[in-house]
Amino acid sequence: MDQFMTDETVAHDDSWTVAGRSFRSRLIVGTGKYKDLEETAAAIAASGAEIVTVAVRRVNLSDPAAPMLQDFVDPKVYTYLPNTAGCHTAKDAVRTLRLAREAGGWNLVKLEVLGPPPHLYPDMPATFEAAEALIKDGFEVMVYCADDPLAAKRLEEMGCVAIMPLGAPIGSGLGVQNPAMIAMMIEQATVPLLVDAGVGTASDAAIAMELGCHGVLLNSAIAHAKDPIRMAVAMKHAVIAGRQAFLAGRMPRRMGADPSSPLTGLIR
Amino acid sequence: MRGLTQQCHAVPLLAPAGDADHIPPMTITLNGAPHAIEPGQTVAGLLAALGFETRKVAVERNEEIVPRSAYEATHLAPGDAIEIVHFIGGG
Repeated sequence: MDQFMTDETVAHDDSWTVAGRSFRSRLIVGTGKYKDLEETAAAIAASGAEIVTVAVRRVNLSDPAAPMLQDFVDPKVYTYLPNTAGCHTAKDAVRTLRLAREAGGWNLVKLEVLGPPPHLYPDMPATFEAAEALIKDGFEVMVYCADDPLAAKRLEEMGCVAIMPLGAPIGSGLGVQNPAMIAMMIEQATVPLLVDAGVGTASDAAIAMELGCHGVLLNSAIAHAKDPIRMAVAMKHAVIAGRQAFLAGRMPRRMGADPSSPLTGLIR
Repeated sequence: MRGLTQQCHAVPLLAPAGDADHIPPMTITLNGAPHAIEPGQTVAGLLAALGFETRKVAVERNEEIVPRSAYEATHLAPGDAIEIVHFIGGG
C-alpha cells in the first residue's frame, strides 16, 4: 500500500455487491418498531444504511390520507428490500412479494418464513419451498435462515443471492450466540453472508463483522434503544470498525503478557 | 380470501320502487371485508373513490396481481376478492 488509509478511503473503497448491485454501507436496517415515521427517517439517515427492509400490509381503508413510509423514507434514495414477515407458508410469501414488486418494481427481496413464537425460528422446509417459487418467478432472494451450513449451501445452490443466518432469535438482542457456526458458514459461502437477527448493541454488530460477514441486518437494536438516533450512529461505526478489523487481521491470542515497551535501554 | 360467498350482498338487491333505471350496487370483498361498489367500477375508479394514490399501493384481484397499467381497463365483478396493500415499517 502506497499510502496509509484514511477514514475517507475506508468509507469509500470497501463496497460490496449483492445481485449485481453495489453498496458502500454494510449495514442494512429495518424500518419497523419506531415511535413514528419521523423517528424512522432520522434513525435510518443516521445509520448510513443504503438498504432498508420494509413490510407489505393492507392499506388502512378508513384513512387513505395517512402518511406513508415512502413519504419519509424515499425509495429513490434507499433501496427498499421488501420482506415476507408474517408469512408462514410459501404461498403467502410469494403473493406478498409479487405485490411488493408491483408496488415498487423491486425484485430484490428478503425471504423469511418463520415458525411460531416464542422462537420465531426460521422454518427451513417452508423457506426452501418459498425460495424455489420466488427464484422461478424472477425474484432475487436474500434469505433469512437458520445457522445451518447444510441449509445455507442448499439455498445458495438454489440461486439465493445472499444468505442471512440469525445470530440469535429475532428481536432478542442476545448478540451473536453462534460465532463458530457463522464463521464456518462464511468460509463456505460464495454469495454474501449477513447476520440478520439477534444484534443487541454496537459490539454485537462489530463481532459479526469481525467474523467476516459481508454485512449486518438489524432493526430492534436501533428502534428499541433509549435513543435510537444515537444507536444508529453507533451501529454505523460498529459495522465499519468490525469490517476494518476483519480486513486488518487481528493479532494472535497468547496465554500470557508480552510487553509493548522495549525491555532494553532502561535507566539503572 | 376467496372463501367468502360469491354473492354476499350487503345491500338490498331490489332497486327502490319508481327508480327502474337504478342499477343496484354489487359487493366485492375488499381487504377481507364486504364492500359495495357501483357496477362497472374499475380498479382505477375504486382507488380514486377510496382516496388512494395509485403510485403508493399495489392491487391484487382474486390472488392475481393487477398491473398498474391495467387499473383503468380492469372492471370489477361481483364477489371479486380485492387486496390493496402498501409498504409499512418492518424488519
